[in-house]
Amino acid sequence: MFMILGYPAPLMFGQLLLGLINGAFYALLSLGLAVIFGMLNIVNFAHGALFMLGAFVAWGLLEFFGINYWVALILAPLIVGAFGILLEKTLIARLYKLDHLYGLLLTFGLALVIEGLARNQFGSSGMPYRIPAALQGATNVGFMFLPNYRAWVVVASAVMCLITWLIIEKTKIGAMLRAATENAPLVQAFGINVPRMITLTYAGGVALAAFAGVLAAPIYSVNPNMGANFIIVVFAVVVIGGMGSILGSIITGFGLGIIEGLTKVFYPQGSATVIFVVMVIVLLVRPAGLFGKNA
Amino acid sequence: MLGFSRPQAIAFALMTIAVIAAPFILYPVFLMKVLCFALFACAFNLLIGYVGLLSFGHAAYFGMGGYAAGYAAKAWGVSPEIAILLGTLAGGLLGTAFGWLAIRRQGIYFAMITLALAQMNYFFCLQAPFTGGEDGIQQIPRGKLFGLISLQSDMAMYVVVAIIFLAGFLIIHRTIHSPFGQVLKAIRENEPRATSLGYRTDSYKLVAFIISCALAGAAGGTKSLVFGIATLTDVHYAMSGEIVLTTLLGGLGTVFGPVMGALVLTSMENYLAQAGAWVTVIQGCIFILCVLAFRRGIIGEIANKLKISL
Repeated sequence: MFMILGYPAPLMFGQLLLGLINGAFYALLSLGLAVIFGMLNIVNFAHGALFMLGAFVAWGLLEFFGINYWVALILAPLIVGAFGILLEKTLIARLYKLDHLYGLLLTFGLALVIEGLARNQFGSSGMPYRIPAALQGATNVGFMFLPNYRAWVVVASAVMCLITWLIIEKTKIGAMLRAATENAPLVQAFGINVPRMITLTYAGGVALAAFAGVLAAPIYSVNPNMGANFIIVVFAVVVIGGMGSILGSIITGFGLGIIEGLTKVFYPQGSATVIFVVMVIVLLVRPAGLFGKNA
Repeated sequence: MLGFSRPQAIAFALMTIAVIAAPFILYPVFLMKVLCFALFACAFNLLIGYVGLLSFGHAAYFGMGGYAAGYAAKAWGVSPEIAILLGTLAGGLLGTAFGWLAIRRQGIYFAMITLALAQMNYFFCLQAPFTGGEDGIQQIPRGKLFGLISLQSDMAMYVVVAIIFLAGFLIIHRTIHSPFGQVLKAIRENEPRATSLGYRTDSYKLVAFIISCALAGAAGGTKSLVFGIATLTDVHYAMSGEIVLTTLLGGLGTVFGPVMGALVLTSMENYLAQAGAWVTVIQGCIFILCVLAFRRGIIGEIANKLKISL
């Protein structure tokens, strides 16, 4: 067994992989938050709850309809996205003329309702979700055993982040989206249905959270608190990266996940707080965030 | 008098009478809980209502005040007034550090930063030796006021809590209606303009933040003496959310709103104690309703109907 800086290599790589997985979720969630914030000007506090909902939908599809993981991976984001459309149309759309803070308060209320209902229905302990057959087991990659499912999570989220980035930066729809983010009335004057675009943006951001939720389901137990634990860390990630840049959110998310993983090796007690400490340092050195414009 | 307008003076007189009369009608421990949360909410309202800063991590200062007072009273055996002063100091010191960091960003980022810092504080409290981790600090003695008067009876404790609440309330009221408070309101309305008039807005915001956190610490310290416990619940983000809700329900930016909000929410929680997780659902629904249809809050609506400011 060879060592790195006095630590056994498998331990090091194991934690690094765990860090990468957390980073994948941070990236997907902060990406969704950034897209929604850019278009709607609200911080979606319900993002964690909708992440949790994605996992629960996948669990329910398997439990009640026998629908397997692969289908759920597409179906659950669609279902949660549809729910997002409902939320935007009925509740969030009423807030656009008000101070941004009301959006935060409303979505915080939504998160409380969704998580409270889930806790009433399923208790706090959570249900297991089996790893799909094709991804069970582990591969020996020479320096460590790599669990297949975990490798898949990292690859799948990276691909999903890349697709989102491509859609926003390289397609016509993305161009309209970016234009509407800059100046909605002008884009509307060109005959583009901006309110519908706003609704679909919210649905898209929420669907990303649900996608992350389905990916997370086999790793963590599917439980009502899984989103609440993530969302505050994701807020810190967003503060560090700044919400202005799509690529910035992705890089910051993965990077912070790795830092968190490494902290677990070198100073385990600090692993829960390290991202917040990074946030403090970034605030001191570069208050606008690593990729942020001054806001 | 003290910068009260006539309607406010009447409302303050009514509130004082209610505070004095209530323990003869209602259970004093319940009332002490209401007063502690009322002071906490008033402190929070100083920021959101008068400076326009949404601190989403106020539980950190409340909880830290509770830990400091509880630890001092139990481990060092100091008298209650010293314990509560230490709680105030702890809230103020933590507020100085966190506020100094958070005022670098505005608006929505300020809310996210305060929330993240409070979460960091939560994990710190989970591991730090003096907080007792998951168990918290239990069986905190109420002790003897000035080393003379035992606070073991609920009535004696109630008098102390009522005095602390009224004093805190008046401090906040004086702050709001001082020249300093006028500058705070100017910052709330238009910060670039206040800057261009030559005010160092960051210093004003920081001082307001520290006052608010110190009073939150005082409320937390008092609470831990009343109930004899200081636990992780007090520093958890759910507590931060609860105090936002309290203030929103009572009326953001009204002097008496937070007190009303604390009375309503604490009663509701007492009433629904058996309902378990439903309390969260109901709180969430109140949040949504308040934001969509009831943004002035209870006191704000009353004041608006009567065309006065409360």
